[in-house]
Amino acid sequence: MDTQAQQYWRANLRLVAVLLTIWFICSYLFGILLVDQLNTIKVGGAGLGFWFAQQGSIYTFLVLIFIYVIRMNALDKKFGVHED
Amino acid sequence: MDLQILTYTVVGITFALYIGIAFWARAHSTSEFYAAGRGIHPIANGMATAADWMSAASFISMAGLIAFNGYGASVFLMGWTGGYVLLALLLAPYLRKFGKFTVPEFIGDRYYSKSARFVAVVCLILASITYVIGQMKGIGVAFSRFLETSYDTGLYIGMGIVFIYSVLGGMKGITYTQIAQYVVLIFAYTVPAVFISMHLTGNPVPQLGLLDNMTGSTVPMLDKLDQVVTDLGFKQYTTQVMGNTLNMFVYTLTLMIGTAGLPHVIIRFFTVPKVKDARSSAGWALVFIAILYTTAPAVGSMARLNLMNTIQVGEVGSPDGNLAYADRPQWFKNWEATGLLKYQDKNGDGRIQYYDDKNKAFAAKAETFGWKGNEMVKVDRDIMVLANPEIAKLPDWVIALVVAGGLAAALSTAAGLLLAIASSISHDLVKGMINPNISEKAELLTSRITMTGAILAAGYLGLHPPDFAAGTVAIAFGLAAASIFPALMMGIFNKRMNRAGAIAGMVAGIGITLLYVFQHKGIMFVPGTAFLGDMKPNWFLGISPNAFGAVGALVNFIVAILVSRITMPPPEHIQHLVEDIRVPAGAGGATTH
Repeated sequence: MDTQAQQYWRANLRLVAVLLTIWFICSYLFGILLVDQLNTIKVGGAGLGFWFAQQGSIYTFLVLIFIYVIRMNALDKKFGVHED
Repeated sequence: MDLQILTYTVVGITFALYIGIAFWARAHSTSEFYAAGRGIHPIANGMATAADWMSAASFISMAGLIAFNGYGASVFLMGWTGGYVLLALLLAPYLRKFGKFTVPEFIGDRYYSKSARFVAVVCLILASITYVIGQMKGIGVAFSRFLETSYDTGLYIGMGIVFIYSVLGGMKGITYTQIAQYVVLIFAYTVPAVFISMHLTGNPVPQLGLLDNMTGSTVPMLDKLDQVVTDLGFKQYTTQVMGNTLNMFVYTLTLMIGTAGLPHVIIRFFTVPKVKDARSSAGWALVFIAILYTTAPAVGSMARLNLMNTIQVGEVGSPDGNLAYADRPQWFKNWEATGLLKYQDKNGDGRIQYYDDKNKAFAAKAETFGWKGNEMVKVDRDIMVLANPEIAKLPDWVIALVVAGGLAAALSTAAGLLLAIASSISHDLVKGMINPNISEKAELLTSRITMTGAILAAGYLGLHPPDFAAGTVAIAFGLAAASIFPALMMGIFNKRMNRAGAIAGMVAGIGITLLYVFQHKGIMFVPGTAFLGDMKPNWFLGISPNAFGAVGALVNFIVAILVSRITMPPPEHIQHLVEDIRVPAGAGGATTH
């Protein structure tokens, strides 16, 4: 039987793993490794790979952090470890 | 009003504002000096972090690098923003929960060792000093243009201003001043971008103008740029890579990890009231950073297009296709005066030929036009952002504003870094190890003396910077990535990590990175001390020295884990400490010093 603290920590690690996977995909995969393939698709005047490398990855990073903030605040409440 | 007077006025007003705020909010205690008494709201903290973060490298240098490296410069865009994800998810909330003032303090307590704390202080100082050199380069460029003097004189004056400004204030003053500086710098960065985007594409939003067609045509701006540069033998803008794909991957990773390991950024998360605020502070910081970072690709590409069109006024190869030197615009003359832009009439025709003479196929073709080599013998990339509004013929007040913005960016970061250096020496080294009974007053004095020493050292090294401002800063990130980040992360996520592992890891990580950087760039970047020369054929798998930090970080992780497995696990109370920092509850109590 896990303690509350262990369950809280495990849930935290799961969330971080999911978010960091997306972090990797939008920057390293779309922006660098698959850039040539994605550039065949156009966003306005730019290739999609170029767009991800210079714009899209940054927007994604922002969304990731705020999802983390919201989900963690919920987790803190659920496990009763939030600050007063 | 004359441009020079206007520039003095705008810069003067902004400086008066910063100094006024610094005076109004000056620090009275060590807690206020290092961590602003932990009373800063997350949005305010995010804005100050953004100003602290966006240095001369971001404001002055980055768009210039984008202009000349095109797609390849994406490493800076992704690298300097993606690190905030790591910071928010892996470090900030836990370090805030731990509740101390400095990074070495955490490392010393977590690894129950003064030696670990000492190693962290050394790593931190190496990374921060390198970073300040990059700022000094940016400050030198901005002041040389602003006062129309040489780069060296500009640098000396900049050192003086940084001294007055950062030695007085401390963290509390710095935080409020940085909020003002953020407003100045973001305004200064976006206003010219909006004007130029409007002019070239008819779209007032630079982020969209980047993707739009040229005004009155169906050709996308980026296609037009690709064509203009390739017509002169340069690499295609949207596809040119920096080194190779592996180098870009590693470079980006280095900048991201370095972001999360740089002491002056981490310190910011000690200044918020709660753990929850530490998380959202990182998000707010990135919001404010992203405004500049998503604008930069538009600034870079449009500046390049305008620059090419200014010099190559007609068809490539036609007798009057190139701008006559006698007709060069005023901005050209101004930058020639600083020595950062140089022209040499190689074929004696009195016109300016600007093309890629290292591209053999194109150089052969150029010879048939009577061209005898690229005549723009020096175009320092760091001048692009400052020259950009002049190249685009924007009104004088915009030009003055950009100079003020560049100075705000460089000063705010230099101040933050100097504070990190000063606190690591006075708080970690002197109070933590040499003389624990030092009075608050003496500790503050030590801080201020340290800052002065750091300004002098960085100024001296800034006379011969190892690279453009952004390149120098990238090396600093490499050093932080290879040493601080792994030690912090394993301190939180690996309960089994112990003293021996952490120390061995930090020493191995920073050691291999320093070796690689110094062998190519010179010992502490002093010219002539590079023992392998800055030669690409000697680069390991084509990884540039600026990008090597991620490899150092990997070495750090591996060495630390191996050593910790064969040595004693950390004592019981340390394992409890780690469990404690993993939950937010009770952070208030931990703040007492």
